[in-house]
Amino acid sequence: MTLEISRAHADAILEQSRAEYPDECCGVILGPVGSGNALRLKPMINAAHSPTFYEFDPKDLLGLYREVDDHDEEIVVIYHSHTETEAYPSRTDIAYAGEPGAHYVLVSTRKQIAPSTEFRSFRIVDGAVTEEPVVILD
Amino acid sequence: MSIEVRIPTILRPYTKDQKNVEATGATLADVITNLDSQYAGLGERLLENGALRRFINIYVNDEDVRFLGGLQAPVKDGDSITILPAVAGG
Repeated sequence: MTLEISRAHADAILEQSRAEYPDECCGVILGPVGSGNALRLKPMINAAHSPTFYEFDPKDLLGLYREVDDHDEEIVVIYHSHTETEAYPSRTDIAYAGEPGAHYVLVSTRKQIAPSTEFRSFRIVDGAVTEEPVVILD
Repeated sequence: MSIEVRIPTILRPYTKDQKNVEATGATLADVITNLDSQYAGLGERLLENGALRRFINIYVNDEDVRFLGGLQAPVKDGDSITILPAVAGG
């Protein structure tokens, strides 16, 4: 399944990843329930403040799900950055992936090899990773 | 009266796709035992070696159970429990 995302959102995520470097950054994009449309960008705080781990604070997490419910929304995209490695789900990412319906977006801030615009999306279901095409809408 | 438990998407295959289920018990541990008796396999997704799994968050009336005594957190009829998978990774 293709992820369609606006240029503004993609740019904002890449910008956030650079701003929070050397820590990983994270966040979500929300959309109307059932639509699959990634419409509302919501950067989240990486409570782990780490270059190798990210985690939504449990209180923020509950607030997020309450907000999503109240607005009849769903989490369409869960994104985070890798600081020095490929924008591909790590073993930890796979172990923790708890939203089978979400697009897991990864970006990377590593300086070599990767273009600064590296922006990839995956499904992670029952431990299986499937990369999917990304269409950035101008 | 009973305790309402909100089940996250990833665990709904255990609850016949129900988003809200009911359970009974005086502590969170009781509630999990009760849930597992109603929905086989659910308990194992919440516990590991008798402790709450690291990547599952459970709240009683919006309070993280880690601050309420963990599995010993007291609960009573009318309480609301929310289970959410951690959003985390490496």
